[in-house]
This record gives sequence, C-alpha cells and structure tokens, in this order.
Amino acid sequence: MTVGVLVFPGSNCDRDVRWALEGCLGVPTTFLWHEQRQLDGIDAVVIPGGFSYGDYLRCGAIARFAPVLEAVRAFAAAGGPVLGICNGFQVLTEMGLLPGALTRNAGLHFICEPAELRVSPGGCRWLQGYGAGETIRLPIAHGEGRYQCDPEDLRRLEDNGQVVLRYAANPNGSVGDVAGISNPAGNVLGLMPHPERACDPVTGGVDGRPLLASLLR
Amino acid sequence: MLKPRGCEDVTNSPAAVPTFHARVQVSLRPSVLDPAGEATRAAAARLGVDGVRRLRIGKAIELELEAPDRATAQSQLELISDRLLANPVIENWSLDISEPAAAEHP
Repeated sequence: MTVGVLVFPGSNCDRDVRWALEGCLGVPTTFLWHEQRQLDGIDAVVIPGGFSYGDYLRCGAIARFAPVLEAVRAFAAAGGPVLGICNGFQVLTEMGLLPGALTRNAGLHFICEPAELRVSPGGCRWLQGYGAGETIRLPIAHGEGRYQCDPEDLRRLEDNGQVVLRYAANPNGSVGDVAGISNPAGNVLGLMPHPERACDPVTGGVDGRPLLASLLR
Repeated sequence: MLKPRGCEDVTNSPAAVPTFHARVQVSLRPSVLDPAGEATRAAAARLGVDGVRRLRIGKAIELELEAPDRATAQSQLELISDRLLANPVIENWSLDISEPAAAEHP
C-alpha cells in the first residue's frame, strides 16, 4: 500500500498528510509533483489542502489543468480511492469529479476552528470506519468553503446518499450543511475539514484516523 | 508614418495573423450569494450613499488573441470563457470582441 500525495505550487498540507499517514498510521506515502503523468505503484491518491497556484482565478481552477490530474481522473474512473481535502475538494469540483463548487464563506472571514460533523458513510469507502450518524470533530481552515449547487442537484446528491459529511453547526453557509460529498461509486471523497490534522493526539483529537485508516481495511 | 524601433511593419505580409481584442465579463449567477458584494454595499451606505439596492462583484478579463478570422476567435474565446475563466456551476459570462484595430489591418 502506497499513497500518492499530490504537490502543487502552493500546496501546504502535503506534509501534514504524510505525517498522518506515515507517522501516525504507518502507511507509506510518496509525493507526486503536479507535472508528473504516471501513478505507477500508487494505491490511493490524496489531493491535499493549500493554495494551489495561489488560487488564482478561482480556488482549484488552474490546478485542474495540471498533468498529474489527468492520471488521477483515469485512476478514479478505474475505481481507485481519491481523497480531496480542503483545496483538494475545490480541485475535485473544478475538474468535475465531484459536482458543485466551493465559494466564499457567507461571513467572509477565513474560519479556523474545530467543527462537529455528522457522518453518513453510505457507500463511501473512505468512511467505513465510522458509524452511520456518528458525530466527529475535525478542524476546518478555509475562506472558500461554502458548498454551492442547484437545489435539484442537492436533492439528487441527498437521494443518492452522496452527502456523507454535514456540519452540525453550519460555519460557512454551505447549502444543505454540506461538509463533504462522495461520487456515486464511493471511491472519491471531497471534504473541507482536515482529517490529517486530527490523527496525532498532540493536535487535540484523533477523529480523523478512521478516515485515513480506511485504506488499511 | 514613424514607427518605434523594433516595431517592424509585418502587417502587410499576407501571413500576418490579426489580433482580436476581447473582454470577458464573469458574474456570479443570480442565485448565488455574494457576501463580498453585500459587504461592499454596506460600505457604500457608510460613505453616505444609501440608495444602492444591489451590488454584485464579478471579474473582467481583457485578452488579446491571435486568430486567422473572427469565427475562429469567437469559438476559441468561448472555449476559454466556459472552461477556464468562469465556472458555470456558479458563474455566468459574456464576451465582447473588438475587430482588429485599423492600424493592424492597413
């Protein structure tokens, strides 16, 4: 098992993800530079948080054209596990692997605080370590985390069980209290909260461990 | 006509490709909340202008594009407007293309 962690110019949670996986869970990782075109020997992909390409134009808008993401698209289509955290979630929506878009927080402020989340794992392969309806606590740190999609699209996502993570107290104005969604097949998960910052007990909580440890199941 | 140094006149050559000037206006779709626009509207009131009923913040992108003809320019500009400059999930865009300047088409 080797997890590929993408690195764009401006990524800043790539090393946090490595520490959570390798240091806390013993899962080997390798960094994948954005210009790379091959994912040989990779069993799962994490698109980490940060400000890829400075978030110019829109968050994730430039990153979506990175060569490595063409390989990630094929990897996801073949059922490979793909996790997008924060900026990684924004990249997944910009590239169309997940529906909707992430927009400026309703209150305009960058929010950096712990958030209570309700988990509805459904068929999402990343969330099988949690019980249905379980409440967990993960840190959030974003300025553009307000999930936005048409009401009909939201209803479809809810009917399909793709709204797998919801805020208990909506911090940013997301429609449907959406904190994270999965694709219909359940192998792609995008979420604004940071599970990798809740794996080492020194960070104040380990509720993110079951998410990353799902790779070991 | 005098031209600045280094500005050779190649526009008479049949191979010259015209440059189209374009302006792409990107705006948030009406259904999408614009918190920055609301904050700016509140600031206008603090400046003493109370009558602002609606204020939405978008982007204007100015481009110069070389293309063999207007139809090609139009389709290329539509492609980048729709696929790069705007995210159709949350934004609308409109496109204005100017004919190549007369100086470029002597």
